[in-house]
Amino acid sequence: MHLMYFTEQPMSAYPAQEGLKFGATALMFSNRHFDPVAGSRLYNEYLEHYRLAEEVGFDGIMLNEHHNAPFCMQAKCNVFASILAATTKRVKLVLLGNPLPLADNPVRLAEELAMIDMVSRGRLVSGFVRGGGQEQLATGVNPAYNRERFEEAHDLIVKTWTEPGPFRWEGTHYQHRVVNPWALPLQKPHPRVWIPGVLSKETIIWAARKRYPYIALSTAIDATKKIWELYDRVAAETGYQGGPEYRGYLQRCHVAETEEKAMENARQFMWMQGEFTGLAHPVWSSPSGYFSPSMRKAFVEFAVGRRDNPRAAAFEDQLRDQQIIAGTPKTVIPKLRRLLEETRPSILGFWASDGFVSDEDSQTCIRLLGQEVLPALRDMGKELGLWSPFEASAPVSLAHPEPARPAGAVA
Amino acid sequence: MTTKQVAEGLRPLLEWPVEHVLATQTLTQAKPRTMSVEVNGTLPDGVVAKDVILSIIRHIGVGGGIVERALLAGHERTRAPGTVTLIGLGFGGWIAAEMATMAPRAFRRLVLVGAMGLKPERGEIADQALLSYIDYVRRGFADQGAFDRIFGAEPPTSQLEQWDLNREMTFRIAWKPYMYNPTLPHLLGGVATPALVVWGRDDRIVPLECGERYAKALADARLEIVEGAGHFVDMEKPDELARLVTRFASEA
Repeated sequence: MHLMYFTEQPMSAYPAQEGLKFGATALMFSNRHFDPVAGSRLYNEYLEHYRLAEEVGFDGIMLNEHHNAPFCMQAKCNVFASILAATTKRVKLVLLGNPLPLADNPVRLAEELAMIDMVSRGRLVSGFVRGGGQEQLATGVNPAYNRERFEEAHDLIVKTWTEPGPFRWEGTHYQHRVVNPWALPLQKPHPRVWIPGVLSKETIIWAARKRYPYIALSTAIDATKKIWELYDRVAAETGYQGGPEYRGYLQRCHVAETEEKAMENARQFMWMQGEFTGLAHPVWSSPSGYFSPSMRKAFVEFAVGRRDNPRAAAFEDQLRDQQIIAGTPKTVIPKLRRLLEETRPSILGFWASDGFVSDEDSQTCIRLLGQEVLPALRDMGKELGLWSPFEASAPVSLAHPEPARPAGAVA
Repeated sequence: MTTKQVAEGLRPLLEWPVEHVLATQTLTQAKPRTMSVEVNGTLPDGVVAKDVILSIIRHIGVGGGIVERALLAGHERTRAPGTVTLIGLGFGGWIAAEMATMAPRAFRRLVLVGAMGLKPERGEIADQALLSYIDYVRRGFADQGAFDRIFGAEPPTSQLEQWDLNREMTFRIAWKPYMYNPTLPHLLGGVATPALVVWGRDDRIVPLECGERYAKALADARLEIVEGAGHFVDMEKPDELARLVTRFASEA
């Protein structure tokens, strides 16, 4: 198994009442409520948490980014990845990921990622995402071309990594006279690419056709099983067999020394009123052209308040469906076993704390996970045959069917 | 190469007599890049000229017809140049204005109603990306009772889906800059077509100042302001708009 630590890096020092008063904590919720003194403290606390996660035995640190909202302070995952490349020694730096459509220059992204891979001595896993709906607005990027830009930027980055320059790129959304960056990834054929997602079938199908692992982000167990049915079917059509090495899952899981404490802190997973990405403004979170045409009816009804948020569910429902797990190590381990048995992922991210959980409780959670939960999961992984892409030496992709290794390393 | 030679070189490319050639640094280049867009066949029912031009813009972008001089050619069901009165409303008004700049003598008369296309100097064009479907359309009415009568106080989901489809196409064409073409003001002066610019007094989608600028920038235009109307003059004051247009279109 590949076991990762994750935090949204919540900007927990903003006046929550102001968000409720405004009716949204995204996009146009004014940044006059952002306190850079608290921001500076929190960034440094989060860096300490990452270092602690490596120390207690996590295999990877998962990073992401979001914009214009307090639910996630990280505005550029490559910045934290760069810091961690230099300040950690062993953990994989798993970016889930860079929002490709938001990039106007994917070659620059390819360069940054290559630098992170070299500085970390080949520990980069470079996931790519489409970016949330409201982030298209925050960055001025056309939501109607989101998927086209995602796919083209991906193709350009992989070509930049794998084919010697200079070459010219005349695409639909990106044009480059000269692609020839003097920064290339240490890992060959190129760093592993994992694709996280929540709702869009199109992304699952795309990932499966590329033979990239797909990371389901806190979906309910039944929904997760449906994702793997689809992935495996597309994999079979594509000519390979799906399985644990292509399956990842992000689990909200808070562990404390008592059940009461764990449950109290786990409620902080709902700190954004249960919204995955903050108290969403329904119009901004689903701009026209961004979502699947098959979801059009659901999203237009949501946008005018005729339907509940397709992305949100109540705390009790999420506990029942195990989208949130909380307790002492003793009580969470059987629940995690159920997750592993029923959905068979080999990549498991722990979204350990959120919201206003204190620095001390966050660190306790990381320690308990490392000392008691991870060893149990490793045993389960072996027993259930959940070999990660690294353990299975899985190919990087359909196009590059070799495992990723640092250049110069002995295979 | 003399200016006369350049003009002679251009002549076959243009459907109107050459009066001026603006040739500065590129004088030795024989001819400017020219794009011919040929649309053949018969339009099916329900497909109008606006759909054709939207389809073309989809491919070339809103700036696509600007740096390249476009020659619009059509066959079969199109009428001879100079006999058609072109009317555009809102986004369609922008399209009509662009068509008129691409073919300054192709139309007999031009009518723009609450047209997008120009960047307001003081206000902003209301942004669909930030407003709900219902709020945006309501904003286009001076009288909310008129919205209720036309769409119902709570428009059905099928209507919202239609608005969402429209929005998606609007974003594809006019996302950035939003709903205007920075080059358009510089080209409007070359439109010889007599034009009528109609604006609702209470237009909260495209500020009235844009109507004033259209009327000023077009060579031969006048502005009519409809009292008690918002952006959707055609829906709020249809009789008044019809009177203005028919009177203008029937002028000699």
